[in-house]
Amino acid sequence: MNAINVYVKRSLLAIGLLGIVGVALSIAPSVQAQDGVPTPIPPGDVTDDQVNELAEQLYCPVCENIPLDVCGTQACADWRDEIRTMLEEGRSEDEIKQYFVDRYGRRVLATPETRGLDLMLWVLPVVGVAAGAGVLVVALRRMAPGALAAQAEPRAAPRYDTLDPEYVARLEQEMKEFTS
Amino acid sequence: MNENVLTQEREPTAAPGVRWGRVVVWIVVGLVLVFLALGLIQAFTTQPTAGKAPDFTLNTYEGQQITLSDLRGQVVVINFWASWCAPCAEEADDLEFAWQTYKDQGVMFLGIDYVDSEDKALEYLARYGITYPNGPDLRTQISDLYHIKGVPETFIVDREGNIVFFQQAPLTFEQLSAEIDKALGQ
Repeated sequence: MNAINVYVKRSLLAIGLLGIVGVALSIAPSVQAQDGVPTPIPPGDVTDDQVNELAEQLYCPVCENIPLDVCGTQACADWRDEIRTMLEEGRSEDEIKQYFVDRYGRRVLATPETRGLDLMLWVLPVVGVAAGAGVLVVALRRMAPGALAAQAEPRAAPRYDTLDPEYVARLEQEMKEFTS
Repeated sequence: MNENVLTQEREPTAAPGVRWGRVVVWIVVGLVLVFLALGLIQAFTTQPTAGKAPDFTLNTYEGQQITLSDLRGQVVVINFWASWCAPCAEEADDLEFAWQTYKDQGVMFLGIDYVDSEDKALEYLARYGITYPNGPDLRTQISDLYHIKGVPETFIVDREGNIVFFQQAPLTFEQLSAEIDKALGQ
């Protein structure tokens, strides 16, 4: 039982630390794009690979679960053109992604943000896996031969403090007489 | 031999650590279930077809700010569209014709441009000669309020701010006209 307690305490500590990391991430200021005048890229110098590199980090806001770089609809083609135009204007990756979030919402991001409610998408799976691992270890320890043997010992007698005191006193007396 | 063999204190059956572990596990399971439930509710909520129309503010492409609740006293036609949507193009002329027909009779039209590129949207508005106020649905906040499932979708709101008509398909002038007349009480 002590080993299980130690393990449970460690699991709780680990979950607590994860929670603290999560809260710290949520309140930490997000990394902003560096200030400065964007350097325009001459039209035609932005390659499809550069466009797709950014497009694969975004999802089509209309189609379900299709990254923007492989989406075949006209709307997605328009959005890839927008990415190309913004790259030509010298906008940074973060600025372009923010533009898409401002227009179409956070759901366009392939990777959820590490703040606000989206933070739960990062923290919950880790906490879930940690809790699941804790349950698994406790269950395995309980199934170990030593633990099973301990469980096989006679169970403790039921409590008698709820019984009639006169009856208990009589029983105590008879037990004493029997064992003397 | 202990005299109090029957009444002696016994160890608790489960250590406090184990109980806390269970509490944590149940909390995690509960949170996951809450998230799943919220997702399911969001997925299965359908468009409002009656009752108060959800309020919103539209920032139009012309730089105006129009709040639905400020239009109380007028019948409002709310049309969700996008430049990439072929069925939207089918009803574009009819919508504009209806606007021209009813704009002086206490009827307002609002075009909500759903997930669209601004350049393409402006091209579309110019191509179909659309003159009633239109603006982007930034962060899809308005379409989320109305739980739209696609475009085009059209809602008609009466003078008291209640939804009296909804259609999830392109509209003709005749259909629009009949519904607007009903909302005007004609």
